[in-house]
Amino acid sequence: MRFNDSVFGLILIAFAIAEIAYTRTFPRLHGQDYGPDLFPIMIGAGLLLFGGILIIRGWTQRATQPMLVVGDWAHDRKNVANVVILLGSIVFYIVFSTWLGFIPTALLIQSVLLVRLGSGLITSVIIATISTMVIHTLFAKLLLVPLPWGLLLPVAW
Amino acid sequence: METVLKALTLVADPYTLGVMLLAAMFGLFVGAIPGLTATMATALLIPFTFFMDPVPAIAAIVATVATAIFAGDIPGALLRIPGTPASAAYCDEAYAMTKKGLAERALGIALVTSVIGGLTGSIVLSLSAPALAEFAIQFSSFEYFWLACLGLSCAVIISTGSTIKGFVSLLIGLFIATIGIDGTAGHPRFTFGNIELMGGVSFIPAMIGMFAISEVLRYVASNRTVIEVPQQAVGSVFSGLGAILSRYKFNIVRGSSIGAVVGILPGAGADIAAWICYAISKKRSKEPEKFGTGHPEGLVDAGSANNASLAGAWVPAIVFGIPGDSITAIVIGVLYMKGMNPGPMVFIQSPELIYAVFIAFFLANLALLPLGFAAIRLSRQILRMPRRILMPLILMFCMVGAFAINNTVFGITVMLVLGVIAYLMEENGFPVAPAILGIVLGGMVEDNFMASMIKADGSMLGFFSRPIAATLGVITIMLWLTPILVAAWKQYRRMRRPTAET
Repeated sequence: MRFNDSVFGLILIAFAIAEIAYTRTFPRLHGQDYGPDLFPIMIGAGLLLFGGILIIRGWTQRATQPMLVVGDWAHDRKNVANVVILLGSIVFYIVFSTWLGFIPTALLIQSVLLVRLGSGLITSVIIATISTMVIHTLFAKLLLVPLPWGLLLPVAW
Repeated sequence: METVLKALTLVADPYTLGVMLLAAMFGLFVGAIPGLTATMATALLIPFTFFMDPVPAIAAIVATVATAIFAGDIPGALLRIPGTPASAAYCDEAYAMTKKGLAERALGIALVTSVIGGLTGSIVLSLSAPALAEFAIQFSSFEYFWLACLGLSCAVIISTGSTIKGFVSLLIGLFIATIGIDGTAGHPRFTFGNIELMGGVSFIPAMIGMFAISEVLRYVASNRTVIEVPQQAVGSVFSGLGAILSRYKFNIVRGSSIGAVVGILPGAGADIAAWICYAISKKRSKEPEKFGTGHPEGLVDAGSANNASLAGAWVPAIVFGIPGDSITAIVIGVLYMKGMNPGPMVFIQSPELIYAVFIAFFLANLALLPLGFAAIRLSRQILRMPRRILMPLILMFCMVGAFAINNTVFGITVMLVLGVIAYLMEENGFPVAPAILGIVLGGMVEDNFMASMIKADGSMLGFFSRPIAATLGVITIMLWLTPILVAAWKQYRRMRRPTAET
């Protein structure tokens, strides 16, 4: 997904204004003109400057650089779906892993992704099972990371 | 001498050696797979180093990176796809040799020059770092502020692509670093009431997102091509190598030393070192017309340069806490996590740790010779490992790694957000390296800036009150003005030209 530079310029300027406005809520230090807001304001000022340059540059180049070029991947529905599924599966893990538990969530996510990227269903499930168990043993048993058991808590080993 | 012996016992520990061996094999594998970079290998490794003592943790990173940079040459030579960006400079040259039936020779040259370059870089590191540290011990917040500014500016200017976009990337990184409780007033900034953001954006999930998730995204979004591995028997790797190396011995010395120096520059890593040395090799060659046709000369220069630069990048990282490239940016994060704040004080408080790092560098590069040879032998099997299976596995490792740092799914959220940002940035020509350096150095820049402001009572002149600070400050400001002056000069020339023609 490629945007014209001026699109980024606008986003950066909007962000910088919001950021600088937000620093107004920071407390001030007694007897000093500078406090925790100084450094963020300097960053905001820099973003305003470079955002402005990007707008000008993008605008002068608008003939050769369209406002938005969706990459090749967007023309292929399968690729779009893959990106959505990849991002979706990370969100799925964030939301459901505590309740479902690591093993079921990891098994599901990996099987879906392996199938989507072109492996056969049975192969995918076998690979996903092996890798889930390896990762679980490695992290939960050897490195003692408390991966959630979730639904499998009654049979936890 | 006593410290060196102490350091030796730290590294010679069977656990550390075992970790290094595993890490080296991991590095060879990741480096050899196109699309998986040495930086990604490091990012995937840090969740494991989290559970180790400082010496094995650092030694593991050193071993992984040294081998991954060499392994990047393997698909470069066999498939004309660089395994890591550091091999891109001479990928065509190496592939041209393969087409002549000299694949083994190309890989043999790459291996031996990598080892020599890596050892040279290690020597430069172990000689220059302690000397610089003695000098750096007198530095105050003014010098550190300017040094960090200089490092960050270099990173922006050297980074590939547009300088303006580099600065934007840097500012994004610096902004991310301001999230959390601030150092001067203890006020939570940009946390919007989120308790998990109070401690700041966790560094490891951020790195995993920016280097690994963005890569997985790029793979999934691209039209995936299945790699065709050439079915050709591997001949002898080392035959005829001695003649080539003795013929180009001067190139090895030149490539290694330039590589190490480029590595020391903040922001310039192995890929830039390889490009510069390949270009110099071609320019200075007696037979430049042979370049691009499978001529080993450029390969010798660039092959030694990229490995030499790896060690060079550690010089500013451990002496000043300013990373020389993205990999050392990750290393600095790991060092902070281990309570080993990089800077000249480490050389006084625990010199054995520093010497252990030096020894790990020598060991990793020596071990590269047999391990790299084995990797060349197994190259066709490694390349046949399908990426459609690897990518979901990498994703799973990323998520568990991001989770493992604070044991909350919030780490995974950070990883996801920064992964998407990094992907969009790269797609639109914003270099990612300055953002990483911004995240790593943001806290240090702000702390030193605020300390200096308080010391100087708000006067900017205070920043130039000490001789070294003033020198660094002037160099930094000159560096900032250069792109503006260059642009103005170009504009002036453009205005002049039409009048001159008429």
